Amino acid sequence: MKLRRDIFQAIADPTRRAILAILATQTLTAGAIAANFKTARPTISKHLQILNECELIEATQHGREISYQIKIDKIKEIDRWLEQFRTIWEARFDELDKVLINLKTKENEI
Amino acid sequence: MKSSLLMDFTVDTENSTVHVKREFNAPVETVWSAWTKPEILDKWWAPKPWVSKTKLMEFKVGGRRLYAMCSPDGEEHWAFAVYTAIEPRTNFQHRDGFCDSNGTITPELPQSDWDVDFSPKKGTTLVSISIKHETLEDLEKIIAMGFKEGFTSAMEGLDTVLST
Repeated sequence: MKLRRDIFQAIADPTRRAILAILATQTLTAGAIAANFKTARPTISKHLQILNECELIEATQHGREISYQIKIDKIKEIDRWLEQFRTIWEARFDELDKVLINLKTKENEI
Repeated sequence: MKSSLLMDFTVDTENSTVHVKREFNAPVETVWSAWTKPEILDKWWAPKPWVSKTKLMEFKVGGRRLYAMCSPDGEEHWAFAVYTAIEPRTNFQHRDGFCDSNGTITPELPQSDWDVDFSPKKGTTLVSISIKHETLEDLEKIIAMGFKEGFTSAMEGLDTVLST
């Protein structure tokens, strides 16, 4: 439960979403990621730390440098989760469609 | 006919709000009744095989609805709605939360503010719903709980398919 809340908080921040977008196609070091932003490097490091704790990205140590890559499975999990919520609403509205047809028929009979 | 009806679903994580829009093939008076009369609401509100049961509903500003989602094996999730604004055939708003069968509020579960808007469109009706939660954590909890009911529903559906 806690992990999932963290994922939502992680993707709620625009800078973190931008980092995910950058990492979607490539593996980059912290320095290379920070070079895309005007924000101070320690701030970017903090964002990377949060994304890493939520397991949305993965850190790999290369000598003195750490590189980051996106964890696609985790991103897909968020999508699937929202998709499920959407499906509930769709099913509910399909039922309402049927109810409305019945209501209209009744009105016509009166 | 079904494919021509618009449905739009978005989750705004920055404002902890879910937006759902759907067009219905009926005039606004009929759609309004389906959303505001308990005996009609109970026919479509619950995801199958869950059933919605309204114990009481006082559809006026300050009035409330006390209802439950009931599963086939007897599980009941009770909830309430307190109506905060009503503009007939146009809009109603309510605060929604969880409670027990007597209406005693469950404080540890999140509450949300619902805004349901109706606009007529050449014989059809567009319903726009926004559900605002206090925090992202609350929204997450609600999705997780809905997920449970939806998942049960999907599994039951699968059982039916498999047994035929």
